[in-house]
This record gives sequence, C-alpha cells and structure tokens, in this order.
Amino acid sequence: MNGVTVSAKVNGDAVQYVCPADESLLDVLRNRLNLTGVKEGCGTGDCGACSITLDGRLVCACLVLGAEAEGREIGTVEGLSEGGKLHPLQEEFIEKAALQCGICTPGFLVAAKSLLERNPNPTEEEIRYALAGNLCRCTGYDKIVRAVQSAAKIMRRGKKAAR
Amino acid sequence: MPYETDYTNQGFTKVGTRVNRPDGVDKVTGRAKYGADANAAGQLVGRVLRSPHAHALITKIDTSKAEKLPGVKAVLTGKDFPDLTGGNRGLMDILENCMARGRALYDGHAVAAVAAIDADTANKALKLIKVTYKQLPHVTDVDEAIKPSAPIIHDWVRTAGVTPAPTTASNVAQRSEFGHGDVDAGFAQADVIIEKSFKTEQTHQGYIEPHACLATLGPDGSGELWVTTQGHFTFRNVCASLLGLEVAKLKVTSSEIGGGFGGKTHVWTEPVALQLSRKANRPVKLVMSRDEVFRATGPTSSTSVDVKIGAKRNGKITAATAELRYQSGAFPGMWAMFGAMTSFACYDLKNVKSVGFDVLVNRPKVAAYRAPSAPMAAFAVESVVDMLAAEIGMDAVDFRIKNAAKKGTKASYGPVYGPIGIGPTLDAVKNHPHMKRKLGKNQGRGVACGFWFNFGGQTCTDLNIGVDGSVNLTVGTVDVGGSRASLALIAAEELGIDYEQVRVTIGDTNSLGHNDTTEGSRGTFSSGMATIFAARNAVEVLKQRAAATWDIPVEQVVWEAGEARAKGKQNNNLPPLSLKEIAAKSPRTGGPIAGHNEVVADGAGVSFASHMCDVEVDPETGATKILRYTVVQDAGKAIHPDYVEGQFQGGAAQGIGWALNEEYIYGDDGRLQNAGFLDYRIPVCSDLPFIDTQILEIPNPNHPYGVRGVGETSIVPPLAAIGNAVSNAVGVRMTHVPMSPPRILKAIEDGQA
Amino acid sequence: MEVQLSGILSQAAGGARCVACTGATIGELLQSLVLQYPEMQMHLDDGIAVAVNGEIYRDRRDQPIPSNADVFLLPRIQGG
Repeated sequence: MNGVTVSAKVNGDAVQYVCPADESLLDVLRNRLNLTGVKEGCGTGDCGACSITLDGRLVCACLVLGAEAEGREIGTVEGLSEGGKLHPLQEEFIEKAALQCGICTPGFLVAAKSLLERNPNPTEEEIRYALAGNLCRCTGYDKIVRAVQSAAKIMRRGKKAAR
Repeated sequence: MPYETDYTNQGFTKVGTRVNRPDGVDKVTGRAKYGADANAAGQLVGRVLRSPHAHALITKIDTSKAEKLPGVKAVLTGKDFPDLTGGNRGLMDILENCMARGRALYDGHAVAAVAAIDADTANKALKLIKVTYKQLPHVTDVDEAIKPSAPIIHDWVRTAGVTPAPTTASNVAQRSEFGHGDVDAGFAQADVIIEKSFKTEQTHQGYIEPHACLATLGPDGSGELWVTTQGHFTFRNVCASLLGLEVAKLKVTSSEIGGGFGGKTHVWTEPVALQLSRKANRPVKLVMSRDEVFRATGPTSSTSVDVKIGAKRNGKITAATAELRYQSGAFPGMWAMFGAMTSFACYDLKNVKSVGFDVLVNRPKVAAYRAPSAPMAAFAVESVVDMLAAEIGMDAVDFRIKNAAKKGTKASYGPVYGPIGIGPTLDAVKNHPHMKRKLGKNQGRGVACGFWFNFGGQTCTDLNIGVDGSVNLTVGTVDVGGSRASLALIAAEELGIDYEQVRVTIGDTNSLGHNDTTEGSRGTFSSGMATIFAARNAVEVLKQRAAATWDIPVEQVVWEAGEARAKGKQNNNLPPLSLKEIAAKSPRTGGPIAGHNEVVADGAGVSFASHMCDVEVDPETGATKILRYTVVQDAGKAIHPDYVEGQFQGGAAQGIGWALNEEYIYGDDGRLQNAGFLDYRIPVCSDLPFIDTQILEIPNPNHPYGVRGVGETSIVPPLAAIGNAVSNAVGVRMTHVPMSPPRILKAIEDGQA
Repeated sequence: MEVQLSGILSQAAGGARCVACTGATIGELLQSLVLQYPEMQMHLDDGIAVAVNGEIYRDRRDQPIPSNADVFLLPRIQGG
C-alpha cells in the first residue's frame, strides 16, 4: 500500500492515520478511526448520511479524500454531545420522534447544527432547503423539521440566558 | 374470536402516551450499530461481480487469474452453490437470484463473488474474472412481455391458475381471479360506465442503508450472521436450506435496520457471504453499493391496469372490473394477485371481478414494498372512481361514502368484513378543515382511499424480571421504526410499572423461538400481543410468590397497579407487595421471575386510510408542488401516537415520490440507467410540506388492546390522491405514474390537441 | 360445509370456485380438501390463509369452524 500519513483533529482530538491516496475520508473515519456514526448511504454525495464538518464547513465525507484532511478539523456526530450532555438537537430529535430507523439521523444532526450556527433563527423554508441534501426515507421530514425548529428555539433561549 | 377481548372502555395509563424511545440516545450519538457497523478479527471484504446484460447465457467464467491475485482468499460462481433445494422451485429461485446459474436474467444479476483481504484487492479481483456471455433477446416492459413475440424468460413456466393447464411456456406466471356477483348484469344496470387504462413505473423501497452483513461460517457447518434484515429467523431458515446447514447451528443477529419497507424481507447476498466465509474459513463482510442496491435488490412491480366501473345516477356502483398486469422481475411472483385482491377492497360491491396477471421480465426480482401491489391498483381504481363521480355530478367524497365497505360487507377478495374504518376515515375527510381551504389558479385537490390486509404470524417473546424490579423484554420482531417504545409501553401497562423500568431487546435467533419476518404491519400488533400474554404469565408468577410470602391461597391475590394485593377481610393485615419487593425476594421464593409467550398472532384487523392532497402545477414546466397533504387512517389503537403519525407521514412521503418523480428507467439495451439517488430522485425535505395526520381508533376485536397494523396502508392512497389532484389542477386525466414534468406537459398538450 | 376457493386455488380443484368439505377445525378441513384434491397440497405447502366468518387465519390449524360458517380459502399474503 502506498500510504499517505495524515495528521488531523477529529472532534477536537488529534489523530494520525495512514491511508491509500485514493481512500475517501468516509472510509478513513469508519474503518480506520472507528467512527461508525458516520454512515454510508450512497458513496456519491447524494444522500448526506455521511455529513461531517471540515474546518466548520458541511461536507459529505464520501466526497473528500482521507489525504485531504491533513491539518484540518473534522466534526462528526460523535462530537455533538459535550460530556454527558446531549446537544439540544439530539434532545429534540428524541423528544419530537424525529427518527424512525435512525440511519440518516447522524447526517441530519450534523447538517442541522451547521445550519443553526450560521442561522440561529431559520424559517421553515430555510430549514427545508438547508437539509435538502440529507435523505430520509422514513419520516417524510415532518418531525425532523419540527425538531430543528424546537432545538433552534431552545438554543436561542440558552444564548439569551448566557448573556 | 381467538382471544377474549374487552377493549371497550379500557383505561390505559401508559399506552397512548408519547414517551421517548429507549434507543433514542444510541441513535442520535452514532452509537447504534447497523449492518455495516460490525467488524470481526481477520475479516475479509466480499464483493460481487454482476451481469452488465439484461439477458445472456454465461458460456464460460474464468476465475483463475483472480484466484492467483495475492490477497484473494475465495472466489465463487454458481457452481459453488450445489442444488440442495430438493425440487422446491421457490427456493431455487432464491438461490438463482443470489448467484446466476448459467444464465444472467437481468442487468445486475450476480455472476461471481470474491473475498479478499481488503476492498482494493477485492475490486481488482473482480476485474480479473473473465465472463463470456452470449447475449439473448430481452424484454423489460410488462405489456411487451405478454405479447406472443416476446422472448421467453423461463421455458419451464406454465401459466398457473388457468384451466385446463397450459402446455407451452409463457411469461405470464400466474393468473388470479377474485370477485363475486354478475358483472355483466351489473354493467347493464349502470347509467354511466367509465373505462380507463393506467400505467405505473417501477420504484424502489429506497432505504438509506444498503444491504450489509458480516458472515462467519466454519468447516464444521456452524456459523454466525450479523445482518440488516426485517426477519433474521427467516434469513436463518433460508440460508440454512440453501447451504445445507442445520438451522440451530446458524445464529443470525439482526443489526439496527436502516429502513426496509419490505426490501429487507428477502435474502440477496447473505448466502453468498456465508459461502465465501466457508470457502475462506474467515469472516466476510459484504456491503452493497447503492448502485447494486438499485440494480439487484427489491424494487416493486411496474404495472399496467385496466379498470371499468359502472354506476347509477344516484351514485350507487353497480359493477366493477379490473385487469391488472404486474411484472415480478425475472422470477415468478404473486404481486398481481395482491393487486387484484386489494383493488376494490374499499367498496361494498354486488358485482365485482378483478383478474391479475403476474408477468416475467428481465428486471431484478420484485420484492415486497410497503402494502405490496396495493398502491398501483388503488391509483387506477381511485382515478376511475373520481371520474365516475364527476360524470354523474356527485361530490367525489360523497360518492365514496355512498359505496364504502362496512361491517358485514363481502370483500371483493372474498371474506366478510368485521368492524372496519373506511367509512369513518371518509367522514373525517368530509369534515376536515383541509377540504375547506380555498384553491388558487393552477391548483387542484384530490382525495383517495386505500386498503391493506395486515397480518400477524408466528411470534415468540420473553419477559424477565430482574432482582431490582427492572424488566427485560426480548422480542423477535425487528424495530423498524420505534416499536421498542411501543412494546415497552405495553409491558409497563400490563405490569403496572413505569415505562422506564422496561428495557426491550431484539433477540437473536438463538435466544428465542421462531418469529416470522417483521412485515405486513405486524411488529407492534403481534409482538404487542405476545408481550401482553408474556406479561400476564409473569403476573401469575408474581401472584404465586406473593401468596407464598403471605402463606395464603393464590386465589386470594390480585394484581393491581403494579402490586400484589391480598383480597378478603381475613387478609386486611397484609400490606400490598410491589413488583420490586417481590422481585427482590425472588432468589429465596423460587428463583427468577419470567413470563413467556409463543403465539400465532392471527386476527390482524384490516386497515383503511383516506388521504387529501392539494397541489399546484406549473403549466410552463409541468412541475408539481405539494401544497397540503393530510392522512386519515384507522390505527385500531395507537400505542405510541408519535410513531403512528410517523408511519402515516413516511408512507405518504414515499407515495408522493412515487407519484411525482421516482421510476426505474431502462434503456433499449435493457440496462438500468438511473441506479443512484441523483437520478432516482426520492423526495427531499424542500419538496414536501408538513404532512398533517388524523388517527382514528376503531378497535380490532382480535387484539387485547384493539391494535391494528399501521405501517403499510399509508402508501396506498397517495398515487391516486395526487393523480386526482393533478388532474383537477390541469384539467386532463393523468394515467401514468410518475407524473413527472415531461409527462404532465405531454398530457396537457395532448388534452389541448 | 361449502368452501369457497379463490385465485389459483380453484385451479387445484379442477376450476371449481366452491367445493364441499368436512371438518370441525381448519386442520381437518384442509385434510379433507387434500384427500379430494391432491394438487391442493402444493398450495398448502406454499402457505394459504383461511377466512372463517371473515376472520383470517394463517397458521392456526386447531381453530374450530362453527357449523354454517362462511369459509374462504385465500392465498397467503406477503407484506412490506
């Protein structure tokens, strides 16, 4: 194997791995770093199940090479909760029954978190377009959108309280 | 009645509440393990080589180069699967679909497989396998396939259901007829008769998780299979039969399942993975690509349907007929039969006849897809029902109400209905605020009804009470959409304890007796029933322990609100014993406390739904926007309303995709042209509005809580509801699903011409 | 009693839509049916369903059949 040695940060922790030059970051995360919360639904960037952030930007891990992550910060669903506390999006996805089979949930959570960081008070339409790259086959998106709306509200309230 | 039921005025304290699902945290943190998330020491990567041809003889497969590639540990072709089916044609079809035997029957048909030390080596090995094909004529269209000139898919197929039995081969595998009365006499009484033909294209279940498994099989015939499946017990039985294993020696564990909708009721690559593992004597992980999922697994039928319905001016239907042609892919199926059975199930008809033709084509083997075959029949029938109502000048909902089936109606497929919900769902539609919303330019409203049988089946459940009073419920149905929460609610209800005290586990095949596949909307219905009886058995033990503790006859003990109470004045001095107290003492009162139940959960109540839909069609582009969508469905009893609503919404969304976008597109070469989520476009978040739901509860008398299955019916009405809405918006009857922009534009053009 | 046969099941009975049978339970009924029409065995092996007064049974062979019951033999349903 002609390996590339990569140093990166995943969910705040420094990692180092060796991967073939043509291996996707998705395969690196799942098979080399054991972060199987990142899901593969298509491998072609169409389903969003492998949504992660790369230096804060939302990407499909299947469309990024493992070698490209050198020196960069990767965020996955595994990094959403802090300590023993779930992120408000995670709380609201459970509370609002926004998942059925749950395979798309990690991708939705990462994509929704990215949206709320950019836009803390999105309209329904903004939520729907921001999440249009994530496929869900179980829910019809109804309860997902409601969970994001609810989490956004809680997070805005939290920010106000912190000020 | 199979069980004594007293569902009326039952007071529930847990059932019907919207609790958080017990597996929620696992699923929002990425910890839940799905099919592709398991690994074993020393595992190999399995890959499958697939036919690029729609129909071809495989004259030679040379695997020698692949076998010599360093890192390749096993290579398989059809020859590596000896025929152990004992003449069972159904099993042979499954085997031949898993791996071609001398002939490739569709684009994507497996012809060879490899196991290698890594994905790169496995992919290289696939390229080194030389397959020599001799292409044969092919057919992929259902109407073309029944023409006398069509190439014959299987020379051994004789049309079943025809008397006298035919002596020549045909692509029509089966003819099935249902109905009663005299349709000719009925049409003679009609004032208005509408006759129309419809087509629907092939769609895929589209679960986001591709098929995946981790297989281990040793030379001693013992093995394990970790797999994403709706039925691990069925998978075990089928794999054992195909590979000559003892059932008890193959342990199958169902992973978390990333969607199935019927597509994960059948084995596809699992026997191949097991055989690779046996040959290499190492674990083999086999994960399908999305392209493979589309080309080689589970789509539902494309169809062609003729419907004729006659009615009096007063709105009463006098006769109805349907001829339904469903393709089942390259292997015989009975999908047209289900279409024929469900087509007129919503209506009370004196004279009705439906005939289904199951047709073979060079496409992947058709699998069940949520209320299999019903949506296509409903599209045709509910469209003609709308046309008929319009023709006699009656409101389409009133027309349906006038003809709706009710308790005592002889169903078009034979039996007589018990208490059913089609009338109440239509009444709810009529009174729903949705129906009063004003429509604008280029907008239209559609209503349609749908039916699905539901069923129960073999079920086996264990309930064990720990010494701290916590309860472990082990079920053998798979949790496809929140059933753990519902089953925990049921156990808590029966035992009178907190919901949080119950933990539900999906047992593997070695920890429970056989459980039928989680299909037919049976998960909560049948495992719910078995949970109730298992809990009641546990309560009997709890009462015995309390009686022994008090030294009184067990007949004087009752179980109320989670505690044993001693009845009778002589026992007034005995304070109640809670489940926790009895459990704590159990080591010294007779050991562990458990309840078990095995049951054939018959008596699943049939299910009906009525949907309303408002659309806006852009006359320039032909694009359709769903403005409003409302589902009304009978749930019997909603154990967990959130997840019942979720089933309603999810089924509606799949139906919307089918109605507007989704279709398998085959080229003249018989190859699938859109095997990916980019070109096979399922609805995305921005395509849909909120989907409103209304749960009706018309109790099923055969379930202790009145439960009916809820999972499938919601996909039945959308094709027709949207078809009616689009037709009303553009003023032209839509007869071909999906109603993609080009089809709508063409329909408008043709209508103006 | 009279048993109504639907779909492909009637072919196994020589095309008859309705046949006379005896049996106090579903199991006995099916036994009597196979004695008369041996070809029916194939369909029983594949799996069928029996509707007794509108109630559909799949696997419960000991289910009693009341006299004068409306009995309907159906193919077994698959689901999604």
